[in-house]
Amino acid sequence: MKILKLISGISIGVLILLVSILSFTGALKLASINTIMLVGTLLWFAVTPFWMKEE
Amino acid sequence: MSDTAVEVEEVGGEFERTPVPKSKLKGWKSFLGMYAGEHAAGTEFMIGPLFLAAGASLKDLIFGLLIGNILAILTWRYLVAPIAVASKLTLYYQLEKIAGKHLVKVYNVVNGVLFCFLAGAMITVSASAVGIPFNVNFTVPENIFGLSSPAFSMIVIIVGLVMTVVAAAGYNTVSKFANIAAPWMIVVFAACGLSALTQMEITSWDGLLAEWDKGVNVVQAANGKVDFGFWKIVVFSWLCNAAMHFGMADLTIMRFAKDARAGWGPSIGMFLGHYMAWICASFMLAAQIKLTGDITANPGAMAWSAVGWTGIICVIVAGWTTANPTIYRAGLAFQSLFPSNAKTYSGVILAGLIATAAGVFPALSGELLGFVGFYGAILGPMGGVIFVNHYLAKKMNFTQNYADEAQTGFNVAVLLAWVIPVILALYFIFAQGLFPAYAVIPAWIGSSVLYVIIMKSKKS
Repeated sequence: MKILKLISGISIGVLILLVSILSFTGALKLASINTIMLVGTLLWFAVTPFWMKEE
Repeated sequence: MSDTAVEVEEVGGEFERTPVPKSKLKGWKSFLGMYAGEHAAGTEFMIGPLFLAAGASLKDLIFGLLIGNILAILTWRYLVAPIAVASKLTLYYQLEKIAGKHLVKVYNVVNGVLFCFLAGAMITVSASAVGIPFNVNFTVPENIFGLSSPAFSMIVIIVGLVMTVVAAAGYNTVSKFANIAAPWMIVVFAACGLSALTQMEITSWDGLLAEWDKGVNVVQAANGKVDFGFWKIVVFSWLCNAAMHFGMADLTIMRFAKDARAGWGPSIGMFLGHYMAWICASFMLAAQIKLTGDITANPGAMAWSAVGWTGIICVIVAGWTTANPTIYRAGLAFQSLFPSNAKTYSGVILAGLIATAAGVFPALSGELLGFVGFYGAILGPMGGVIFVNHYLAKKMNFTQNYADEAQTGFNVAVLLAWVIPVILALYFIFAQGLFPAYAVIPAWIGSSVLYVIIMKSKKS
């Protein structure tokens, strides 16, 4: 469960948010930033339903 | 925009006609989480860019939204939460006790119709993203009831019908999906804003202000000069959810609170959705204007330009997860119009068809700044009646929960106290051109005062 939560965290925290911050600051200049974000999106929806409790 | 109340009412589906028991009450911190994703919805993709299109300055936007959101949170905390905690009843049951079950039906249908237009705007938002892969952009006609291209209208109809069928058949599935999508959606909003800043090559605050002002100038050169100043932003951001706080719709969710601190629950959600998300969405329009000169606030195209497929998925999901409970809720309100032996999904289908019809007119979604104020001005005054009933009825010596006590299904005093201020508000909005959000508080006060006067005169 912890690993799944970690993967979800990485998927949006790193692959979407951090990548866009690094792109904004100029530290990351990748043509494929949008692809990385899409991978983060797919990962989030593939992993999160397994651990997120219904509130 | 919020649909929290809707979700708890329908998904929870319990204690609708009794006070919530002590064992089911929740601490105030659980309301922070409950509301966190609620105000980052499809509407934010439309409302954010409309500030720039309306000519707001960036400084006014940043400080105006800050103050407006704080005022909204204080309203939830000090107006809604104390009543919710004391009565522990849903808005509808509370209203039924005061106004009578027949008048509540009228209120529900009015609420349902307004919900349909909101859902229609969300269908337009989702369709704007669905059209991108097929190279179908929506053009916004000048006439409010003008159509976009036939291809875009067809996409709206397909998206609307699919959403309607899902709302009728699989409401809970989409509701669970919305919970899963909420944190991702908030992060994507932030990524869209950052990407827009990158596209504009912003390296300083002054640079950002300059790009913003250029964007405003381009829009105003095309559409004419308009003004959306600091106080207008404050009032709008305070009252865009007026139906939920001044109108007391969120009694339905806050009745589960152990104490009135639950009123702080919307704080995180408001600052994520009605601050960060609005500002990020407005940056997307500024970037689009700089890159292409296109001033159309087309959520699908802006999100595609900012973050590609992630943006397209986000706009579709945001629109869908907002429209779904909205259509469902409107459907429940309309269900009372059908004979008792009608299928239980008849109301939802009717609501979905009305919402789809509204979505076909893209200019309606461009009127969201006015619409949400209009929505608050119509539904908000009922909250005034509840306020008076709760705090003043006993002190001023008139009957509390009149319909319940008098065993009547239709309390004319509530009808008059609701309708008269609303008619006046509508007159000032449509005949005098008043910004709709400005009408909310006067109508609420008017409704409260009228209810006191009518009830006192009734007694004497």
